[in-house]
Amino acid sequence: MSALLEVNDLVKTFGTGEAATRVLRGLDLTLNTGEMAALLGPSGSGKSTLLTILGTLMKPTSGRYQMLDHDLIAAEDRELTEFRNRHIGFVFQFHNLLPDFTALENVIFPTAVRDGRETPAARARGADLLVRMGLAERIHFPTAKLSGGQKQRVAVARALMNSPELVLADEPTGNLDRASALQVMELIGQINREEGTTFLISTHDDKIAAACQRQIVVSDGVVTG
Amino acid sequence: MLYALKIAARYLTANLAQTALLVTGVAVGVFIFIFMSALIGGLAEFILARTVGDISHITIEAEDADPALLIAPQGQVLFVAEPGQTRTATLAEAATWLPLIAGVPGVKAVSPQITGAGFLTRGAQVSQVSVSGIEPGRESAILDLDGYMVEGSARLGSGLIVLGRELADDLSLSLGQSVRLQSSNGITMVLTLSGIFETGNGSMDKARAFVSLSSARTLFAMPQGVTRIEIKLFDLNAADATALRIRALTGLDAVSWTDGAAQLMEALDAQSQTGYFLKGFALLTIVIGVASALLLSTYRRRPEIGIMRAMGAPRGFVVFVFVTQGALVGLLGGIMGAGLGYLALLPFPSREAFRPGTLPLDITQGSYGLAITLTVIGAILASILPARSAAKVDPVTAIGQ
Repeated sequence: MSALLEVNDLVKTFGTGEAATRVLRGLDLTLNTGEMAALLGPSGSGKSTLLTILGTLMKPTSGRYQMLDHDLIAAEDRELTEFRNRHIGFVFQFHNLLPDFTALENVIFPTAVRDGRETPAARARGADLLVRMGLAERIHFPTAKLSGGQKQRVAVARALMNSPELVLADEPTGNLDRASALQVMELIGQINREEGTTFLISTHDDKIAAACQRQIVVSDGVVTG
Repeated sequence: MLYALKIAARYLTANLAQTALLVTGVAVGVFIFIFMSALIGGLAEFILARTVGDISHITIEAEDADPALLIAPQGQVLFVAEPGQTRTATLAEAATWLPLIAGVPGVKAVSPQITGAGFLTRGAQVSQVSVSGIEPGRESAILDLDGYMVEGSARLGSGLIVLGRELADDLSLSLGQSVRLQSSNGITMVLTLSGIFETGNGSMDKARAFVSLSSARTLFAMPQGVTRIEIKLFDLNAADATALRIRALTGLDAVSWTDGAAQLMEALDAQSQTGYFLKGFALLTIVIGVASALLLSTYRRRPEIGIMRAMGAPRGFVVFVFVTQGALVGLLGGIMGAGLGYLALLPFPSREAFRPGTLPLDITQGSYGLAITLTVIGAILASILPARSAAKVDPVTAIGQ
């Protein structure tokens, strides 16, 4: 398997002077294409900060971050935004859907914002993803009328909409009941196997971690296992 | 940016009550703008109609020729003058110029006149009057004499005279009665009162007499030519330019009504400036209203903006969404306010029917298009600050809210 992304000596410090907090302390990590990895570690270990930096939503204080031959440390905001749109998908703990839109409209958002309009092709792919997520009957439902598990499945479909190489999931099942959590994880596993999408899933749940091929443990701002 | 437009529209329809309130606020501002435009414009029309509507817009008067000077001893001036005679300057070639002047674009009517002073006598009553000799058929070309008639007819003919209400009362004259008119040249005619007018202007109603041009020729011993040519224009604001044109065309000293109306022009200008201020304040209210509503909206939607940014929406996209919201609010409010303004102005009389004591609201001067355009521009400007603030939202912080 080839490396999808590689970070070296990643440092992230919040605040300055005496109030400075060093969350990442020279972290090194390589993720291979098609991997499904769990990111483990106690609260405050730097998991969320690492996901945020990998998702190009935040820049590290120092270090190196290379993905798909792009230097994502040197890139400008505009370039990072476009890169994120095309190559990275997000699944958050709290679904974070757009409340005034339907399930389908939420799913096709990343494509529509890239193309400047909602194309028939995007609608077809969005509807197909929702069907795969078991939401065929909920395609045109306003998100407010969906259950927590359904919302999270819509969020997974949205993350996959632009066929990204990498999907970052921050506690994707942390807010779901056991049945819904298993359903979401099954879908993620299925996508990983069928499409070769790389997943990095931050979790505290041992069962979810066990369902992943690789477990990455972060402790005190470095990868320890 | 079609997709940004869709999102902007969705945000506006997502909370209909809030949007309706915002659009209504803008509409009220536009309504005030239109109402003020109609009032200020109507007021200016009314004042102009009342002050210069009945006067000549361009006047050509014969220039007095200086008396011939004689060679005089040092320190003295000697000139030739006929004792007991008032010399009247004439536009001898008036008949030649009249068709030319009438053909100048913008000229509505031309009235050649012979004017002079005289005395009206009836029994022991004597009144000094200003006499205007007008061609029959052109009595209402400049002053709307027909419109001011309270008794009889404005029609002038040989041996007829038309007087103001106060003058007729002073002389105890009734229609059909005779009166002696002696001109400043000492020539006397006995004329029959054929009409009485009342303009509301004291000097006009008390000291003005209208006779036919032929009677005036006799009275002022002027077998040919006229003393004055009065010109009425379709647009009195074009008087300066048209006067210049007539001057260039004829070489006559054509004088615009504005030459002697500096104070009136200043007053109208001041009124217009006041109107601009009031309309400016109405626009400012719209801008502040839209800006504050959109600032609140962007603050409330910070998490959503964060999600959009995380999903790869560029900052420009976010700016466009909120600026489009502002533009839509401005457009809807503008159209609604303009419509309401038009409906509110409909019951008021048209500019031609303005009368003293009524509110001179001119529906044609509502500046509807301007109001909508300025409102949309104002709303767009007002939304730039909230939109820029939205674009700067940090997705990590916003999503974590």
